[in-house]
Amino acid sequence: MVQKADKVVAVVVINNKRFSKLFAGAITLGITFPLMAAILPADRFDALVHSYDGGGMEISGPSLLIRKMLGTSTSVSANYYVDSISSASIDVITSASPYKEERKEHSVGVEYLHDKSIMSFNYSSSEENDYKAKTYSIGVSQDFFGDLTTLSMGYSRGSDQIMRITKLNNQKTLDPLFGTDHADRHNFRLGLSQILSQNMIAGLNYELITDKGFLNNPYRQVRFADDSWASEVYPNTRSSNSVTTQLKYYLPYRAAVSGEYRLFSDTWGINANNIKLAYTHPIGKEWIIDLRYRHYDQSRASFYSDLFSAPGVQAFMARDKELSTYTNQTLGFSVSYDLAQQGWKLIDKGSINLAFDHMMFDYQDFRDASVEGVDIGTEPFYSFSSNVMQVYLSVWY
Amino acid sequence: MTKAITTICLMLLLTGCSMQPWVKPYERAKLADPIMSFDRDPVSTNYINHVYQAREGARGAEGGQGGGCGCN
Repeated sequence: MVQKADKVVAVVVINNKRFSKLFAGAITLGITFPLMAAILPADRFDALVHSYDGGGMEISGPSLLIRKMLGTSTSVSANYYVDSISSASIDVITSASPYKEERKEHSVGVEYLHDKSIMSFNYSSSEENDYKAKTYSIGVSQDFFGDLTTLSMGYSRGSDQIMRITKLNNQKTLDPLFGTDHADRHNFRLGLSQILSQNMIAGLNYELITDKGFLNNPYRQVRFADDSWASEVYPNTRSSNSVTTQLKYYLPYRAAVSGEYRLFSDTWGINANNIKLAYTHPIGKEWIIDLRYRHYDQSRASFYSDLFSAPGVQAFMARDKELSTYTNQTLGFSVSYDLAQQGWKLIDKGSINLAFDHMMFDYQDFRDASVEGVDIGTEPFYSFSSNVMQVYLSVWY
Repeated sequence: MTKAITTICLMLLLTGCSMQPWVKPYERAKLADPIMSFDRDPVSTNYINHVYQAREGARGAEGGQGGGCGCN
């Protein structure tokens, strides 16, 4: 056990690890879930700049995506994504020092169309100074019933290397005592999209994710009643199930409303659900406005506690606020302006877009340990809000 | 849960052999409108899912289409 003031680690990576670990696998599986008849996605190029600011974290960077048909039945894509992170989050404030780091991700994909089937393969790699992740994904989708129904399935395999940064002689370096740890991940996914009427479509997605290996954040710590701190201890396996239903309806005038509901549970005892409502409204031929609201609610992991009575009181211990009981509400809008609708030189059309989301996190059993002058375990519950902005240009060619 | 989904899929397959599409291709103009896409801009959807995954305990079945890449 180490006292709070004795942290040897100056860098705490709170959220970014999960970016690499979860996202690459989960998203690459969602490749081929076309809504209607089996067609390959159109050739397009997207250049996006993103910005996240909230809870002491500032994250920004570009994302570039290009997709191109090769012949009539093959489509290839590539993506380059960067997160530049500057963090002084509540975890960092209470148990380490602010840090800056960068994560880069590269992805390539191939999709092949045959009759009413699309097969896909994707590879993604993500790298930062103390975390490397690789994910391979395959997927297939098939249209049925006069192309009213699309059934999709996918599998991905992820392999992560986890290291730890420490300070030696005032220099940040990889911690030789920690070495390199590993985690493996499998994602299994089923998707069903269904045309219900001339105005309505529905979707159903299921995903099973299993993890095995070192699932901790190597920096985060738990605290005890005597105000001492020690490293978290997580189980080395985790399995989760999630199901999402979606519905979208075309209104009597040119506009659309949609609803989405997701149910989640895992072997760590977390139960969560979220609902999202959205409204899309074109103005004239060139503008599209989107309004959205999302509410997320989760219960804590069975081994989570804000304050443990003493070391060793239970086998697994966590104080990750993402494993606590909390809600997140998001209000957002997007504005899209179509460019060159009649085409221009080699371009078929284009759009310029702005998206803004305001998120409000409200924790029910995670206390703000940075508050001084009160007894330990009686600090106010933590809450924060964040603003997320995206500006992007899309070009179809 | 897995069994229930498998059963639904099998039922759809069995009953679908004799099924005629109740929405003809020429009746799908509204569905083909970009505003009816669950995921009009994959690069944006992937990014916002990435933001949620990093800050929420739940994961998977995000819904909508991916971007044909592991981008986020």
